[in-house]
Amino acid sequence: MARIIVVTSGKGGVGKTTTSASISTGLARRGHKTVVVDFDVGLRNLDLIMNCERRVVYDFVNVIQGDASLNQALIRDKRVDTLYILPASQTREKEALTKEGVEKVINELSETFDYIICDSPAGIEHGALMALYYADEAIVVTNPEVSSVRDSDRILGILQSKSRRAEMGQDPAKEHLLVTRYNPDRVERGEMLSVADVEEILAVPLLGVIPESQIVLNASNQGLPVILEEQSDAGQAYDDAVARLLGEEREQRFMTAQKKGFFSRMFKGG
Amino acid sequence: MSFLDYFRGKKSGSSASVAKERLQIIVAHERGQRDQPDYLPQMQQEILAVIRKYVQISEDMVQVEVDRNDSCSVLELNVTLPER
Repeated sequence: MARIIVVTSGKGGVGKTTTSASISTGLARRGHKTVVVDFDVGLRNLDLIMNCERRVVYDFVNVIQGDASLNQALIRDKRVDTLYILPASQTREKEALTKEGVEKVINELSETFDYIICDSPAGIEHGALMALYYADEAIVVTNPEVSSVRDSDRILGILQSKSRRAEMGQDPAKEHLLVTRYNPDRVERGEMLSVADVEEILAVPLLGVIPESQIVLNASNQGLPVILEEQSDAGQAYDDAVARLLGEEREQRFMTAQKKGFFSRMFKGG
Repeated sequence: MSFLDYFRGKKSGSSASVAKERLQIIVAHERGQRDQPDYLPQMQQEILAVIRKYVQISEDMVQVEVDRNDSCSVLELNVTLPER
């Protein structure tokens, strides 16, 4: 039985695909057979972030409609050999992801994979609903900013009422909060919500904090999941998050500002 | 942060604390609506129309909520009448 984990947020541009790429890479690097599925039909981007955009032949919708087998559509990652990508269709309608079709594909993936990571599109429309429908767990990606926090709360409500687990009256999906684009200096100056604030408002246990970092853009430019930038703070923060997902205890890092000397604080400002 | 701010402390008037306060209010409000039955807004309008036959009140003076307990639900209707 695979663990099915949706990466979701409601709001766009907060780092869902970046997170899906890094979490799936991290799980696979630890030897777990992992597949990451792009649910963003019409706006696929996971393939670019994972650097396999030129290897896409068949996609998720082709498999659902029986035009290709799952094995034909799955792309094996070139860096980590236990990692596979199932790309979204770029040309079809969102409605091509039917509940039955998605279930069939998820069931087939469950037979051979340990982890299925579902990269949700933004919004609360059909694609986002399909991405979270079969999830056992949810990673809610949130920026420390008002619209992102509100949208995260909205998607949590949908997860709790519209997922299969909710409809069948089963135990609810396990929720994890991942705060991304965090800037401890601005938090210290009172310009940005703190992790504690976001946790308090959403009431979801914290999986990790990814600091705002230029490395993230550099990595996506090259099609490299940022977790593979092992020297970077963002890469290490993702590695911590993966470890915690697997039940390891790791202390939270990257949450406090760089210590500054007394004089620079006095004369140059916070 | 200027020289004087360093001694004053900074938390309470900061934009982050404003953000937190606004979020707590809107999120609590939206969570309250999330569990409400779909017919509620329509019912609220109709109740408002009935009351307006007799007393002129504005929309925000009628509040309708459903409270769910373990064994039963309570429909709570709160109408504020204008002062005479």
